[in-house]
Amino acid sequence: MADDTFSLILFSGTDDKLHAAAVLAVGAAAMGRPVNVFLQYWALDAFRDDRVRKDHGVAPEAGEDGARAVIEQQNTTHWIELFEQAKDIGEVTINACAESMELLSITADDLHPVVDGVWGVARFFMEAGDGATFI
Amino acid sequence: MATAEITRSIDARGMACPGPLMALIGAIRTAHVGDVFEVLSSDEGSKTDIPAWVEKAQHELVEVVPEDGYARFVIRKAR
Repeated sequence: MADDTFSLILFSGTDDKLHAAAVLAVGAAAMGRPVNVFLQYWALDAFRDDRVRKDHGVAPEAGEDGARAVIEQQNTTHWIELFEQAKDIGEVTINACAESMELLSITADDLHPVVDGVWGVARFFMEAGDGATFI
Repeated sequence: MATAEITRSIDARGMACPGPLMALIGAIRTAHVGDVFEVLSSDEGSKTDIPAWVEKAQHELVEVVPEDGYARFVIRKAR
């Protein structure tokens, strides 16, 4: 990938963090930067095709009002739609971490079609270049 | 300068960031060079994002007009 690639490692699987990550992916894609998303652990679990639209909760600091706001936000534009938009407008690849796949007994067929494939961590860093953001 | 004739108006008021920008990008993609778009947005992020994207995508920001509770962006598709 190019030098200005925006690499994003998603670990947490709550709707607020996934949404924040999706907004960053859309923004980077809109500004013409290649986007390289790597899904680990609970973020990967949230990308199971049959679980994407379920309530994944919010970070502990959200509080009741924050949780309500995020639910409303997801009903308006869900984070999976933002990732789809990002792929639609830019060069965006989303890959699952092989180690997390094994840990959670997930197979490629279980994943939402927005996920391109399964990578080992070395492949991710090969594509990431100099920087990566962890959410 | 005479006010540009609007080819299409996009009312994105009420949409959250990055909704208004995405609506503009989607509309501009299928448009002709020279077409002029008006985007109405109440999202604060649009104030920085729409001009930044228009510059990056090499279109033309004709004007930004603050209105009551929202802003009106006028963009010409330049390529």
